[in-house]
Amino acid sequence: MSYEIINTSVAEYKKLVESLHSESFEMMVDLTVVDWFRKKEPRFEVVVQFLSVSKNERKTVKVFVDDEELSIPSITDIYPSANFYEREAYDMFGINFLEHPDLTRILMPDDWNGHPLRKNYGSGRIPVQFKNAPKVE
Amino acid sequence: MFDFWATNSEEGGWNISSTDEGSQKMLEEENEKQIKIQTGTDVIDDFVIDEDTSDDERMIVNMGPQHPSTHGVLRLQAELEGEVVRRVKPIIGYLHTGMEKTGEELNYFQGPTNTTRMDYLSPLFNELVFSLTTEKLVGIEVPDRAKNIRILMTELNRISSHLVALATGGMDIGALSMMIFGFRERELILNFFEKTTGLRMNHNYIRPGGVAADLPDGWQKDIEEILKIIPEKLQDYDDMLLDNPIWKGRLQNVGILTTEECFAYGVTGPSLRASGHSWDLRKAQPYSGIENFEFEVPVLNEGDVFARWRIKVLEIFESLKIVEQALNKMPKGPYKVQDKKITPPPRKRLDESMEALIHHFKIYTEGFKVPEGDAYVAIESPRGELGCYIVSDGSSKPYRMHVRGPSFCNLQALPVIMTDSPIADAVAAIASLDPVIGDVDR
Amino acid sequence: MYTPDNILTTTIDKAVRWSRTQSMWPVTFGLACCAIEMMAAGSAKYDLARYGMEVFRASPRQADLMIVAGRVSQKMAPVLRQVYDQMADPKWVIAMGACSSTGGMFNNYALVQGVDHIVPVDIYVPGCPPGPQSLMHGILTLHDKIMGGEINR
Repeated sequence: MSYEIINTSVAEYKKLVESLHSESFEMMVDLTVVDWFRKKEPRFEVVVQFLSVSKNERKTVKVFVDDEELSIPSITDIYPSANFYEREAYDMFGINFLEHPDLTRILMPDDWNGHPLRKNYGSGRIPVQFKNAPKVE
Repeated sequence: MFDFWATNSEEGGWNISSTDEGSQKMLEEENEKQIKIQTGTDVIDDFVIDEDTSDDERMIVNMGPQHPSTHGVLRLQAELEGEVVRRVKPIIGYLHTGMEKTGEELNYFQGPTNTTRMDYLSPLFNELVFSLTTEKLVGIEVPDRAKNIRILMTELNRISSHLVALATGGMDIGALSMMIFGFRERELILNFFEKTTGLRMNHNYIRPGGVAADLPDGWQKDIEEILKIIPEKLQDYDDMLLDNPIWKGRLQNVGILTTEECFAYGVTGPSLRASGHSWDLRKAQPYSGIENFEFEVPVLNEGDVFARWRIKVLEIFESLKIVEQALNKMPKGPYKVQDKKITPPPRKRLDESMEALIHHFKIYTEGFKVPEGDAYVAIESPRGELGCYIVSDGSSKPYRMHVRGPSFCNLQALPVIMTDSPIADAVAAIASLDPVIGDVDR
Repeated sequence: MYTPDNILTTTIDKAVRWSRTQSMWPVTFGLACCAIEMMAAGSAKYDLARYGMEVFRASPRQADLMIVAGRVSQKMAPVLRQVYDQMADPKWVIAMGACSSTGGMFNNYALVQGVDHIVPVDIYVPGCPPGPQSLMHGILTLHDKIMGGEINR
């Protein structure tokens, strides 16, 4: 089994994914984000894992997302399996996937503030919040 | 069209008009492209909405999150036309535990405690994938005995997980004896787990550098008993269900998933193999020395719910073969890496050696340091490809720990299976995909 | 006064408490790992039916006891409260496992740190996950509590 890591840019990303799809990489198995807060510039790195079942190969695509725009093209039209993963990345890191069919929060409640997996989001204990509950003074 | 919500509730607070779960509602009808992508019609082409149907015949039914046959807290929003499901949207997150955030606060030695609680039907696989990724980053090779114990335990875990899948699947469809049978046989394996690891579930047994403890005395006897009893009981299942006309009529040609759809939606594991494609990471990308074991990869071509049920039974037989070989050729030797920096010394040494005490203290308080880098390792869990992606920044805690749960991805295929099929088949479809919500939401 | 052999005398109080303990129907509220152990408790080996409790009701309207089996996330919390409110009085709650009792090992943004923040809890069952025996011990403790308590609650 071969394993290859490809670093690319946001502009080239979609083209690269299309070429991977045509190179019989049938599955997009994983998409996640690494937050290099104060360690690297730009801050967010999208890591996508591709699997070719016919060739028994894996490829990892890494893209750094611009800090200002925080957006990257969605690949749901090429790989429908990216749908949930992109929504998860949006929910947890606040990355915008352009032209995603339904970019809403997936794991957290809709009225949640912030993106929990960012490094500057605390992880500590928080009180219970009810939706639409009247505020206790 | 959103005014009917079958939530069993008389209180108004749960209706869509008065909650702010607005963006979770169904997509607007006129946006054809969104509907297509969401329902997966870019791959299959059987999505038909009859424009002549009046609104009286359409309704939106909420199934879950508290529903006995959604295998946990899965919520499905289905748009029905009469009795036929036209659109369905799985809504997840009701069991989101923030384990990836917690994983960044635990060091590598404590990591399996966290990951084992993700997919609670196959906890040992979660520990294994975390340990393998850590070992890949550190660059250590575990001893043969540890590898063999890992294979033995994970394959037993595969059997117990499939037994629960068969049991709950039977229960959902109405074969209640199947539920009783499945859980009865699972107890056998859980007893062995309890003897070995101390817990029935959530073991934290497989750790970076080996396993937590050696197999208990007389473990061969227990395994032999399991190897003797389980095939007999599987025969019982076959006698009861394989030629059962009700069971077959209920499941055959229901919820068909083709290989192309599996690829498009990232479906792996038994569901992919039931659709006619032989793909098993144990064969294709072997881990932990499983290439030294002889077993077959069962493949069925139908791709329906019956095939997905049947393939789990066949896989249990194959796992039993692996367990038998692991029993017969268990090598002697250490069960963990003899590296003082990575695995703690045995308890007895603490009374004798100051150095051992220091290493023990260091490992349990600080953990061990892992060189910078990242790694993705995937193994074949009972539900498909279970991957773990760890980014290390050189400290003793993962900088980022991400687990690719197979259920999360498999669940995306649910709209494909359920669209344009009767609502009564929905439960069978969910049960056949065997999602574990702990793995979906993490 | 003559009483036939097949009549027992008791107090209303005792009879009510006894009947409550002997047919306590739980609502299926399986959330995570503990739900599997709850199912194991209901299956052949442990057999919850001995306590008249094997009827796991899917509808909260027909249930007396909610076994919160597993971790409760912030998203699930309103649903849990809704199900609790739908249950008919008198009702009891068992928090099964470390996560639903205290939040367990997951002290983070996503989980409710103990289900007692949302609903009143009668019995806490420790363990991660508690085995079926522990759950049964919790149930028997709840029976004791009901037998020894007031009937108005």
